[in-house]
Amino acid sequence: MSAVLDALCVVFLLGGTLFTVIGGIGMIRLPSFYTRCHAAGMTDSAGAAGVLLGLCFVAEPLVAVKLLSVLAFIWLTSVASTHALVKAAYARGLRFYDEQPIDLTNKRPQPGAEDRTHKRSGEEE
Amino acid sequence: MELLITVTLFAFLIWMAVVIGRQRDLFSASMLTGIFSLICAGLFTVMDAVDVAFTEAAVGAGISTVLFLATLALTDERERRPEHTPLAAIGVVALTGAALVYGTLDMPAYGDPSAPVHTGVARHYMERSWDEIGLPNIVTGVLASYRGFDTFGELGVIFTAGIGVSLLLSAGTPELTPGAPPPPPKSRAPYVREMPILRTVSKALMPYILLFALYVQAHGDFGPGGGFQAGVIFTAALILYGLIWGPSAVEAFARRRLVERATAVGLLIYGGVGVTTLTLGHSFLDYSALSPEHPQHGQHWGIFVVELGVGITVSAVMLVIYYVFASRPKKDVSPMRQPLPLLGGACVGDVSTEDAEADS
Amino acid sequence: MNLVFGAAAMGLLVTMALAMFRATVGPSAYDRISALNAFGTKTVLLIAVLGFLSGRPEWLDLALVYGLCNFVGTLAVLRFSKYGSLAKDELASAEDEP
Repeated sequence: MSAVLDALCVVFLLGGTLFTVIGGIGMIRLPSFYTRCHAAGMTDSAGAAGVLLGLCFVAEPLVAVKLLSVLAFIWLTSVASTHALVKAAYARGLRFYDEQPIDLTNKRPQPGAEDRTHKRSGEEE
Repeated sequence: MELLITVTLFAFLIWMAVVIGRQRDLFSASMLTGIFSLICAGLFTVMDAVDVAFTEAAVGAGISTVLFLATLALTDERERRPEHTPLAAIGVVALTGAALVYGTLDMPAYGDPSAPVHTGVARHYMERSWDEIGLPNIVTGVLASYRGFDTFGELGVIFTAGIGVSLLLSAGTPELTPGAPPPPPKSRAPYVREMPILRTVSKALMPYILLFALYVQAHGDFGPGGGFQAGVIFTAALILYGLIWGPSAVEAFARRRLVERATAVGLLIYGGVGVTTLTLGHSFLDYSALSPEHPQHGQHWGIFVVELGVGITVSAVMLVIYYVFASRPKKDVSPMRQPLPLLGGACVGDVSTEDAEADS
Repeated sequence: MNLVFGAAAMGLLVTMALAMFRATVGPSAYDRISALNAFGTKTVLLIAVLGFLSGRPEWLDLALVYGLCNFVGTLAVLRFSKYGSLAKDELASAEDEP
């Protein structure tokens, strides 16, 4: 019985970690803000579910209840944060195709990938 | 394994410190400070200091970010480029750092049982704590009973910080001065239904955060927790309420004068326990006076009441600081006030959805 | 079993490094907010895994606190970016809107 639980724990834990790492890679490589938000959201929902459910299988009952409540809080809060973030960015005027992917291989500046945070209306620094 | 995790977290810490130092945009810098706090809390956890990690997480992840942003609302959002290269400052700092590193070469190894810190009072605490105090969490026993006077001083420091901030930041605004009569209530405008998802999530979460604060307060004897952490978490719940419904909604619930008086009440509770033990014939804060035939019960009662005082004062002080920061009206600090540097120079509050769609 | 916990912890540290890269580089401030959010959740998971790695599951209280306080911090950031200060009142803003 405990071997089955251990095996389940390993499967869920490694699966959750895999989703988390894939989401992390997505946060770097995806081209625009909204796609990167999706990747970050994947780490929060699928990655957290995998890791915490995996830990539930090898925990005592009270600790398993705590783990499940942590999972419920993460699902509730981080999803709401991502929603609020995306809504705020859209209300500010950020649109889907606003950025080019960051080229890690060669150093030529990409067209349109200028740093928009430092633009002023005709003001020099 | 733990060595690898510790080294990695320290490398993250250095990386984040360099990035924060190079930031000119203070909004991003305050967010990166949140990441810095989380890394610190992770490090404390790996090194087995769980109570400290608890407090660092509660304060650094929530309250610090709120206060930094409240400060940013009152000042510029970009740091001005310095006019000179501070070579002399860099030299002095590098020299001092090198001297400190040279000093640490002589220190005993981490966890060495023959180090002075482990052979002195700490051994007494670890060996005698179960018999004298009887709590599973030795840290709470040391904090509240063996070193109770130090903790009393810390609480005094927190109280002083609260009234100091309150006095300094409300200078010149008569309605914010401590002890001033409450401002007249604003007229009841029609209820603006924005952010429905955030409202619902916050309404669902707040009772659990408050309950969790009470749990942490009471559970400090058996696991990580105690009065300091509980006070901070309680105020985090009220700040969450204030972030969605506005600071005046929080003030309607916890009136400013009541909260200001509560800052003193906690400290008085703590001191009151000490005076009680004095009048019962023992030394100041010697809790075994509270039940002479069972000194352990006296210790439990003493620690319970004292932690309650700590929780009340910490929570009230954090709330006072939030009130003072968050209700200051936004002023134009400089004539060249920069627009919010989030995207292409959009100014605060001037982009509505229709305009944004007309642009693209 | 400890090996699996260690591998999970390593994976989480790698993800934290990737999120920090996005926080360092991210062209807009919203990228940094998103990275901060992800970093906070990864810290929660790391604490949970480390608790099991060292045989002390009482550290889950910590994970709960992080999860809750991270939300408060992110909300403060978003409210600041929307209104420019934290002092806007829900009831008063209805009279201020044109």
